[in-house]
Amino acid sequence: MQSALSLRLAHRIGPLPLKLAGAAALAVLLAMPALHLWTDPASSLHVSAYTLTLVGKILCYAIVALAMDLVWGYTGLLSLGHGLFFALGGYGMGMYLMRAIGHDGNYQSDLPDFMVFLDWKTLPWFWQGSEHLAWALCLAVGVPGLLALVFGWLAFRSRIKGVYFSIMTQALTYAAMLLFFRNETGFGGNNGFTDFKRILGYGIAEPATRATLFLLTVLLLVAALAAGFWLVNSKFGRILTAIRDAESRLMFCGYNPLYYKLFIWVASAMLCGLAGALYVPQVGIINPGEMSPANSIEIAIWVAVGGRGSLIGPVLGAGFINAAKSWFTVAFPEYWLFFLGALFIATTLFLPRGLLGLLRRHKENA
Amino acid sequence: MMSATTSQSVQRESWDGDTAASGRLLQPGLDVTHGQILYLDDISVSFDGFRALNRLSLSIAVGELRCIIGPNGAGKTTMMDVITGKTRADSGSAFFGQTINLAQHSEAEIAQLGIGRKFQKPTVFEAMTVQENLELALAGPRSVWASLRARLTGQQRDRIDELLTLIRLGEQRQRLAGLLSHGQKQWLEIGMLLAQEPQLLLLDEPVAGMTDAETEKTAELLLTLKGRHSLMVVEHDMDFIASIAGKVTVLAEGAVLAEGSLQQVQADERVIEVYLGR
Repeated sequence: MQSALSLRLAHRIGPLPLKLAGAAALAVLLAMPALHLWTDPASSLHVSAYTLTLVGKILCYAIVALAMDLVWGYTGLLSLGHGLFFALGGYGMGMYLMRAIGHDGNYQSDLPDFMVFLDWKTLPWFWQGSEHLAWALCLAVGVPGLLALVFGWLAFRSRIKGVYFSIMTQALTYAAMLLFFRNETGFGGNNGFTDFKRILGYGIAEPATRATLFLLTVLLLVAALAAGFWLVNSKFGRILTAIRDAESRLMFCGYNPLYYKLFIWVASAMLCGLAGALYVPQVGIINPGEMSPANSIEIAIWVAVGGRGSLIGPVLGAGFINAAKSWFTVAFPEYWLFFLGALFIATTLFLPRGLLGLLRRHKENA
Repeated sequence: MMSATTSQSVQRESWDGDTAASGRLLQPGLDVTHGQILYLDDISVSFDGFRALNRLSLSIAVGELRCIIGPNGAGKTTMMDVITGKTRADSGSAFFGQTINLAQHSEAEIAQLGIGRKFQKPTVFEAMTVQENLELALAGPRSVWASLRARLTGQQRDRIDELLTLIRLGEQRQRLAGLLSHGQKQWLEIGMLLAQEPQLLLLDEPVAGMTDAETEKTAELLLTLKGRHSLMVVEHDMDFIASIAGKVTVLAEGAVLAEGSLQQVQADERVIEVYLGR
């Protein structure tokens, strides 16, 4: 009960200061690509390509955290395999980017380099159409969605929940990682996809391309937040929290939780796929490491640290942890995982409502 | 109190004495031509060799308020689990009205067919307000699509107001349900059941943990529901049962031991024996 209440309280954080902070953050994010494009690199206002890419990457993670929170924070389904949906979205986009290299690869072939290396003569059937960005985007969203639909249908219909559900999602992403590590699977084995040259004819590393991809990521995050707010404040959203807090009560009210869980689960997977599709052209690589169980666990930590059951919390959590990570891995690379573990334990013990709960407590004391 | 215009409200006179008059349908699809709303016939359920229900047969008449008593482990909760689809019977049949075989439906479907259930431990959605709890329980479409587009109609608001008055939580409507007292949660759960507009209500220990005053008010509430709904109440509180009961059924070791008025069953040698122990 305590946790259900605290989740609700976190959701009701004081709106005005938060709105102001949100508006300021959005203004800064929108200014960043402009500062990258139109300021002198020597100026102190200039945003470097490194910074822009780093922030763009973190924004993609923030979208994933938001998607994770809809299924975990609101619906109570702890997924430890959300990295899989993100990676699949990335692979979908990666297929297009590999095809867009054209003849400019090392082997100057029509086929992506890794296929030439494997001595393949023709494109596998599932690569057909991947030279079109629109189709690649359909794959990036549709494949995670379809996988989530099939897996979710089987799991929810059998009423698998709690830790069993978490373990199964973990196993799913692990199995997919092993599959993608194989060269024969047709996705570049352990090297994955990299050395992209262009997207829609524009050079992938050009400032204008970077700025556009960054802006699209900001827009997707804002759209996902808006859709999320609408969703969780509708009757549908209340049914999700009812599933989390008292699923059997809900069933005896005549609701079948299966379809509600399936809807939010699939929607969350598709959002992750889209985030992955924006991530890959910005960071320039996708490989099966993205499917490792540790990555998915990290997603859960972002949400827990930020504050689950609120939409802003996970975005803050993803931002805070990844910013800390990029600093830590430069300053003390070998201690990062210890720090992450300590942070998670500290959050669990002292901040059940996450960073957002801390902000709220601060406000209460003031 | 509650208006007499709800869909399932049929004049009380219909069932008092004259069973033939209750031949009308309560709601399309529910056939109660023989005056019984629930039939349990020869039901057995075992868990790992333990016989929770042992060839139990029981029926409830339309509009009846039936009390079920029995020592711990007599199978009272298991019986409710079978009726509401939570547990499947190993053998025997459970019918809702003449025609609906409950074994063929899921929990959610059975709730939609018109059987509401209150749990032994009061279970409400604690992170929502009292009013939101009732909104969620209100009869209506249960699909995902409908929930995305749902807007409260004026009629539904009136219905919620009516229910809030009935369960005496009008003042608490904006409070989080998790902050209510134990007794208030019990009432809220009863209110949620009524919001579903069920034909049959199953109440598992509705006055557990209530003060004497609250218990008295609950008895009043149940008496006003009798006739409009059929009720099955499991309780241990004999004073409470005395204040509401018509007919009492005593369960022991998974089967019906005795049935009759409270005085009759209390005088029954076998009932005294199972209660006082051997």
